[in-house]
Amino acid sequence: MSQNTNNYYLPAPSLWPLIASIALFLMAGGFAMQMNDIASGNYVLLAGILVFVYLLYGWFKEVIKESISGFYNKQVDTSFRWGMGWFIFSEVMFFAGFFGALFYIRTFALDWISKSTLVWPNFVATWPTSGPAATEALEAMGPWGLPAINTLILLVSGATLTYAHWGLMKENRKQIIIGLALTIALGSIFLYLQAHEYAEAAFTMDSGIYGSTFYLFTGFHGLHVAMGTIMLAIILFRILKGHFSAHNHFGFEAVAWYWHFVDVVWLFLFVFVYWL
Amino acid sequence: MSTTTATHHDDHGHPTGIMRWVASTNHKDIGTLYLWFSFFMFMFAGALALGIRAELFQPGLQFLEPENFNRLTTLHGLIMIFGAIMPAFVGFANWMIPLMIGTSDLAFPRLNNMSFWLMVPAAILLVGSIFVPGGAMAGGWTMYPPLSVQNPSMGVDMSILALHILGVSSIVGSINIITTILNMRAPGMTLMKMPLFVWTWLITAFLLIASMPVLAGALTMLLTDRHFGTAFFDAAGGGDPVLFQHVFWFFGHPEVYIMILPAFGLISTIIPTFARKPLFGYASMVYATAAIALLSFVVWAHHMFTTGMPVAGQLFFMYSTMLISIPTGVKVFNWVATMWRGSMTFETPMLFSIAVVFLFTIGGFSGLVLAVLPVDIQLQDTYYVVAHFHYVLFSGAAMSIMGAVYYWLPKWTGHMYNETLGKWHFWLTTIAFNITFFPMHFTGLAGMPRRIPDYALQFAEFNMISTIGAFALGISQLLFLYVVVKCIKGGPKAAANPWEGAEGLEWTVPSPAPFHTFETPPTVK
Repeated sequence: MSQNTNNYYLPAPSLWPLIASIALFLMAGGFAMQMNDIASGNYVLLAGILVFVYLLYGWFKEVIKESISGFYNKQVDTSFRWGMGWFIFSEVMFFAGFFGALFYIRTFALDWISKSTLVWPNFVATWPTSGPAATEALEAMGPWGLPAINTLILLVSGATLTYAHWGLMKENRKQIIIGLALTIALGSIFLYLQAHEYAEAAFTMDSGIYGSTFYLFTGFHGLHVAMGTIMLAIILFRILKGHFSAHNHFGFEAVAWYWHFVDVVWLFLFVFVYWL
Repeated sequence: MSTTTATHHDDHGHPTGIMRWVASTNHKDIGTLYLWFSFFMFMFAGALALGIRAELFQPGLQFLEPENFNRLTTLHGLIMIFGAIMPAFVGFANWMIPLMIGTSDLAFPRLNNMSFWLMVPAAILLVGSIFVPGGAMAGGWTMYPPLSVQNPSMGVDMSILALHILGVSSIVGSINIITTILNMRAPGMTLMKMPLFVWTWLITAFLLIASMPVLAGALTMLLTDRHFGTAFFDAAGGGDPVLFQHVFWFFGHPEVYIMILPAFGLISTIIPTFARKPLFGYASMVYATAAIALLSFVVWAHHMFTTGMPVAGQLFFMYSTMLISIPTGVKVFNWVATMWRGSMTFETPMLFSIAVVFLFTIGGFSGLVLAVLPVDIQLQDTYYVVAHFHYVLFSGAAMSIMGAVYYWLPKWTGHMYNETLGKWHFWLTTIAFNITFFPMHFTGLAGMPRRIPDYALQFAEFNMISTIGAFALGISQLLFLYVVVKCIKGGPKAAANPWEGAEGLEWTVPSPAPFHTFETPPTVK
């Protein structure tokens, strides 16, 4: 399709959307089977994940190619900015739902359970708790060990990423690479420490409401950090290939926005899941 | 509003055969896909409803096991909401927003196609859940625990994952629409010059992006409670089943407006055309829409007045709910004022729009009745609620969709539909709808509970009337299909603007709208 830079870029027909649909179908179907102990579910799920990885690789490759070829004008760039911004807003709402649930449990639900004296007369609402039916004492995760170190790591990673961004603005290649590599390293260390924390934890996902919220919140956050780290690695790879310039690097900025968002979510986690 | 330049050329050619549809990056084709998908889901979920009504034709158990009756009500709700009404509005957004704001396509055409094609696996999972061992979800479309946690069927997991996929589809689609509206308007088209349908979709897209992720959170907690040992909705572990209702309805109430705001946009477009007057109070319409959207985030617990909440909470949610009637009243007033002293004609789209104003207002008033806390405690989970939300969702959303299909069919197909048959469809639908759902107000007030396959003898007559109406309503929609197909196949040629009073950029392009439009944006004065 012929392009001229004054017009908004309209992509040619593409099969990636259909492949996305197949990937999600396999993943959802496989996951449903796997959860219901149908043995072949694992294979279907794996196939779905492979198709999904192929999809991300292929689709982004195409978009990057179009971007480098100069098909995207200023208006397309603005669309990407709006799009990424609203995507992050949707992520904010995803975590907001979980934090709302945590607030409701801690403020209302536990109090009401402790006031209903018929079923569990001895239950006193405290936090953390694994609920009125728990038989063992709960050994919760304190904030001032690994979690505090992890907080520091993520905060520093925000700074190193900004250092890389400054490098990009100055087109100082060495600074970009150092900044990005440090950020990726910090993200990886964070994930390692998080995994270590899980391994050492004295409670599991089925240790009542505390275990539920702890693992679901930190798990989803960790997933986002993992995604962010992979995205940063791809950006570093693209930097090495010379894809970005001081004026044209929205791919970098989008990942940076995402990284800062993940950072901020962690601060809320630190305060409301680990600390208070 | 006028255009200075409107160039159209069809020189790109476009793919043909199946690739045209599966690989599409064209907003018109994707809009068409959405609309047909929505129609088939509408008929399927409608058939499920006829199963419900057949069972309720007489007291006693006729055709269905109670468990299967519950599955029908559950799937009817889920499919009508996520498979019929929402995709239909997205179909209109696809087709009309680029034409209305004078741009060549949506901001992200490939993502747009992905949003559509994600509906298909979701539909397969939802419908397929009927056939797996254990059967489809039977706990109602709201999926309340503990039922939805305790039901061991794989069908429940399939439905949950289907809703996750639909959520992805909705979020991606909404990001696309919001970006298009904010970034791709033709030069001179300021926000306050946008057609009201575009405004309502801008706000709807915001509601979707804000509420769908919360549903995803609720569904995830449901899934982990089912399979991974968490205790979010289990009081023994310190959780609370009512927590699900809070999270669900924080999504669920904005969802209700997601299904009605675009309908407001549609009839705000149609009524001025056939009243041959500009929309009365355009700015107040915009502000009212925004006010409704914002209020929708602080009213959710009115769905749960009987499930346990401090009185202060109940009072707050009662008053905040009542507040919504103010901006909604502004809208109804504006529609009526638009018609006041207009040179009105009553083509099919106008008939549907007037019926929507009238019947939706009935639904709005019964909603106000239900908002009153002491009344709701009596009426919760009765047929009065069923009557209320069908007046809002069928005669509000679905009938505005039908009216809008007639309104833009000439633009889409290049042919005029058959006006006589269109009017037949309108009258049959409107009369059958009222026969079906009006008696439910009475049975509900008399105490007939919803979601039960049997009922006490004193409700027999009204239920018989409802069932007869429901079958008439269902069969009438075949006429709709016939009129639409007939119009696609042929009919009198439609002019670029077949309606005397229609305004807007979409009427400046030929009928049928060429494959590519507004590749060079027009200038709006």
